Amino acid sequence: MLSHAAYDSKVEGNIVFTRLDSAINWMRKNSLWPMPMGLACCAIELMATGAARFDISRFGAEVMRFSPRQADVMIVSGTVTYKMALAVRRIWEQMPEPKWCIAMGACASSGGMYRSYAVLQGIDQLLPVDVYISGCPPRPEALLEGLMKLQRIIEKETPIKDQIAGIREATS
Amino acid sequence: MSPKPTKADGGRSDSSKLRKQFGRTKIREMREFRGEHTVVVKLDALGEVLAYCRDVLAYDFLLDVSSVDNMGDDPRFEIVYELATTDDHKHLRVKSPVGEGEEVPTSVPLWKTANWHEREIYDMMGLQFKGHPNMKRILMWEGYPYYPLRKEFPLAGKPSEMPDVAFSGVAPLEGGPFVTSPGADRVRGEPRAKGES
Repeated sequence: MLSHAAYDSKVEGNIVFTRLDSAINWMRKNSLWPMPMGLACCAIELMATGAARFDISRFGAEVMRFSPRQADVMIVSGTVTYKMALAVRRIWEQMPEPKWCIAMGACASSGGMYRSYAVLQGIDQLLPVDVYISGCPPRPEALLEGLMKLQRIIEKETPIKDQIAGIREATS
Repeated sequence: MSPKPTKADGGRSDSSKLRKQFGRTKIREMREFRGEHTVVVKLDALGEVLAYCRDVLAYDFLLDVSSVDNMGDDPRFEIVYELATTDDHKHLRVKSPVGEGEEVPTSVPLWKTANWHEREIYDMMGLQFKGHPNMKRILMWEGYPYYPLRKEFPLAGKPSEMPDVAFSGVAPLEGGPFVTSPGADRVRGEPRAKGES
């Protein structure tokens, strides 16, 4: 029956065969809603990335959500002080699954130039980071490259397989 | 025609006025460096001297309050007030030595801006201000156990833990801090580790 549908001239071109995993990944990677965790000058570059010249919406990530409940990817852009660290973690925990994290710039990745008593030496000490972006601050192109890297990571995920495996594990 | 009085003239005449008013025991020292005038005041007299500066000498603008840790000296700390006027025609620096455990009288009733300055000094250096309306930390969190700008505190920091509030760790300095060498040529003057970590 499927082969019949595929060659039906009335709907030809309107039907795409794919795996559910690929379809989900395709939807997820092209509608990443960022949680802009703007903590320092990197946030200025993040804003530039969102604005017309660099236009992050070309990659489907223009919907900056200031509520973690509606966000998919946390972009930690800036210096995470110890005073702020647990607040960042709390917001991360408020984001629903699936979620990803981009550490934007030297500070978020490693503490950057702040080898100091006051600064967390990399946000990866508190939450899992998918993509690190170098730069101080990185240019918008670098953030877009990081976002594309994240899209390639998402492409390779297997959400349905993981879910089935999870159900099996829970019921066995 | 006499020349227009400069900022330095204002500071000079005011420091001698202070000396005349409070005497040698309270105004311990008067210094001039490149036209900037400094008076060193005994801590007991600090409150009345600052009040006199504001009310009689018309220093209506407190630019800054800061503190110095002279570790090894006795008294160990020093508190520094930068007084000025809103029309910026004169400037006076008031310093006072503060021993460990001694309280500094607050200047919040004189200048409201002293509120956050004094909180910062308390936070970073651990000096207490007597009569301050809100003597708690301003940059670090309440419960952080150290005073990070004291000389004995390492640049890399110390580990601490306040459950559900904040924690802190030690930064990897990798041979740093990296500092420039003054006087050297461009290449040798580049920032380098001095092996202090």
